[in-house]
Amino acid sequence: MRVFKIAAVSAAAVMVLAACGEAPSEETETTPDAGSTAGGDGGTETGDSEGETAAAGGDNADFKACMVSDAGGFDDQSFNQGAYSGLLAAEKNLGITKAEAESNSDAEFGPNIDAMVQQDCDFVIGVGFLLEDAIQAAAEANPETTFGLLDSGFSDENFAPVELDNGKPILFNTSEAAFLAGYLAAGMTETDKVATYGGLPIPSVQIFMDGFSDGVNQYNEDNGTAVELLGWDKEAQNGSFANSFDDQSQGASLGEQFISQGADIIMPVAGPVGLGTASVAEGTDTKLIWVDSDGYVTTEYGDLILTSVLKDMGPAVEATIQESVEGSFTNEPYVGTLENGGVSLAPFYDFEDAVPQELKDKLAEYEEQIKSGELVIESPNAP
Amino acid sequence: MSDSSTPGHAATSPRTGSSVLRQIVGGDVVISFLAVVIALAIGGVLIAFADEQVATTVSYVFARPSDFLAASWEAVSEAYKALFRGAVFDYEADTLNRKVRPLTESMTFAIPLILAGLGIAVGFRAGLFNIGAQGQIIVGGILAAYVGFAFDLPPVVHLLLCILGGALGGAFWGFIPGILKARTGANEVIVTIMLNWIAVSLIAYVLTLGRFNASGTGLRSPQIDSSAAYPPLIPDALFPGNTFRLHWGFVVAILATIFVWWLLDRSTIGFEIRAAGANPHAARTAGMSVGRITVLTMVIAGALAGLAATSQVLVGGGSLTAGVAATYGFDAITVALLGRSRPLGTFLAGLLFGAFQAGGTLMQSVTPTPIDIVFVVQSVIVLLIAAPPLVRAIFRLPDPDAPPRASRAATKEAAA
Repeated sequence: MRVFKIAAVSAAAVMVLAACGEAPSEETETTPDAGSTAGGDGGTETGDSEGETAAAGGDNADFKACMVSDAGGFDDQSFNQGAYSGLLAAEKNLGITKAEAESNSDAEFGPNIDAMVQQDCDFVIGVGFLLEDAIQAAAEANPETTFGLLDSGFSDENFAPVELDNGKPILFNTSEAAFLAGYLAAGMTETDKVATYGGLPIPSVQIFMDGFSDGVNQYNEDNGTAVELLGWDKEAQNGSFANSFDDQSQGASLGEQFISQGADIIMPVAGPVGLGTASVAEGTDTKLIWVDSDGYVTTEYGDLILTSVLKDMGPAVEATIQESVEGSFTNEPYVGTLENGGVSLAPFYDFEDAVPQELKDKLAEYEEQIKSGELVIESPNAP
Repeated sequence: MSDSSTPGHAATSPRTGSSVLRQIVGGDVVISFLAVVIALAIGGVLIAFADEQVATTVSYVFARPSDFLAASWEAVSEAYKALFRGAVFDYEADTLNRKVRPLTESMTFAIPLILAGLGIAVGFRAGLFNIGAQGQIIVGGILAAYVGFAFDLPPVVHLLLCILGGALGGAFWGFIPGILKARTGANEVIVTIMLNWIAVSLIAYVLTLGRFNASGTGLRSPQIDSSAAYPPLIPDALFPGNTFRLHWGFVVAILATIFVWWLLDRSTIGFEIRAAGANPHAARTAGMSVGRITVLTMVIAGALAGLAATSQVLVGGGSLTAGVAATYGFDAITVALLGRSRPLGTFLAGLLFGAFQAGGTLMQSVTPTPIDIVFVVQSVIVLLIAAPPLVRAIFRLPDPDAPPRASRAATKEAAA
């Protein structure tokens, strides 16, 4: 019972310290407060968020978009967080209501999605490949609700792709931005050798490498050079892989290999594995091209990073929510491109002055060509 | 806390040794119950303090305390109501199916916790601190899934073989620390923790191999055959149109509970296990082979943890992913502690934690309360149960189960 005494004493202390403020006048503060308590079933949460969204001027408060994370949680500084920022942006800009559930393990995907459906969510987004089965099962069981799945399509039990009437894959054609990165790398190399490697041989990784390869070839064609790409053969769809998304020692040994073969620009497509490559590149003349997030901002190796191939989860999520809000939901996959801003090339930061203006102009030109559809980056891994 | 358990208890269970583990395990039902109550109370305080409305009103609590109290009550009661609705009975749902479903969800979540908890409990009773349930679940899961998708067998046989595979995988992973402890005296805590990490790397590697990697992603195995899945426990005929996930794995959990009760309380092996746990020297003097008992205990513990994996893998459309063990291996330690390492206690503790998990899902989605509150409640439970004996051991305070007068003094000191 001593516990209670201590708790009571400390609570009292907190009150004494914190409670010297004055009560707001009845009219200004308690009216919305009373409104929210009378608001009913949703309790305090809906009271708060509805108040906010109404202030933002949205009239879509009756549309509810919901999101379920994978085991990383919404604060993983990566994939989930990017997707969640899109949900928050949609709440702010479109005035929708939102709900979200974090999964702490694979076993919670199904129950969390079910909880969202039970809350009358209009649109439920699952973040990541691992939620595919759970989203698919929920979509089949709840034909009235629409679903989105980030970074993966739907497939049957034999991994053949299927389409769902109420399920929308949200995918990224990163080859477009990777093409620009490849062109840039070929223009910046001093050894005429650049390199790339992947985490696992899966389409969402290989598509970066395909675009990069095309960019290098385009530069060679334009300038009559012979810049060589190590680590990926687009024709054969064969190359170097770390076989991991978290083993940095693999990234270090692959990096050492490429550097000893003479490559001076490396693009690791393997998440944190790339940090291993950065550690061996430090102190040499080797530069890196980061992927997914802006490596200059998110890693400690900003001075090595020439640029990053960005895969922008937030705008993609917001765009698909907007589409649903406007009543034009289709099961057509959303594909992030240069055109719609779903993928892009990050600024050069420290290398801004090192990149010749001529090369910058050429990149801008190709970017326009890709956006207008004049130039199509072909890839067997394209969504 | 400790003082509530002392009277009466000292008379019924005299202690022979003074190991911390034995004291934690040998506690009282009352402590377990109070630990849960207090943890929920502390959870309530945290919910209130994390709530924005409460934070606003606390700044003028002396000017108008009613606002603060109303806001606190609102936040805490909404959160716990949601927890109840998600775990036991959803009185706000439209259909009977939906109303009843939360309880079945709690039971579904409880299956792996009960099974792995029983594994830990058996170890505790033998005086072994088996931290390796996590790895044992993973290896059991690998084997169960492999038998599940790689073979084409008739329904019941297939399921039984998969269950056997899961148990064997876990048993093998338990055998390693058992034999190392028996032969070389290697500390089972360290060995099992290391084996957990080996299992984590093992499953990541296995998922990239041949038949496991049909998807080409290295993240998920093919789905198991429908013949290898646990059938739903409540058939459609009994409850038309139900969407319950609850499956026959729950029956496995009940059978395992009965088995562990029989093993520990009725069998010769169980007597040896308990004897070795109470005093290995005495057991050895009495002619028992403590090494053999150690190996056997770890194999049984591993097999039970391996069964926990089957409830995750052998469901309709189930497949193996690197996250198959979630955190069940560690939650199971809490479950075994709360259940006082008794079979029935572990079963009930597993149900309670399953209910927390099921309720937490709804709570985080309908209230602003983060699901982390559930972990805080679980952690406080462990702390309250494990801490009093630990604190006594650290400060070399006398055991309250000693004669009454000493006991009173000890609890005063312990509390101070």
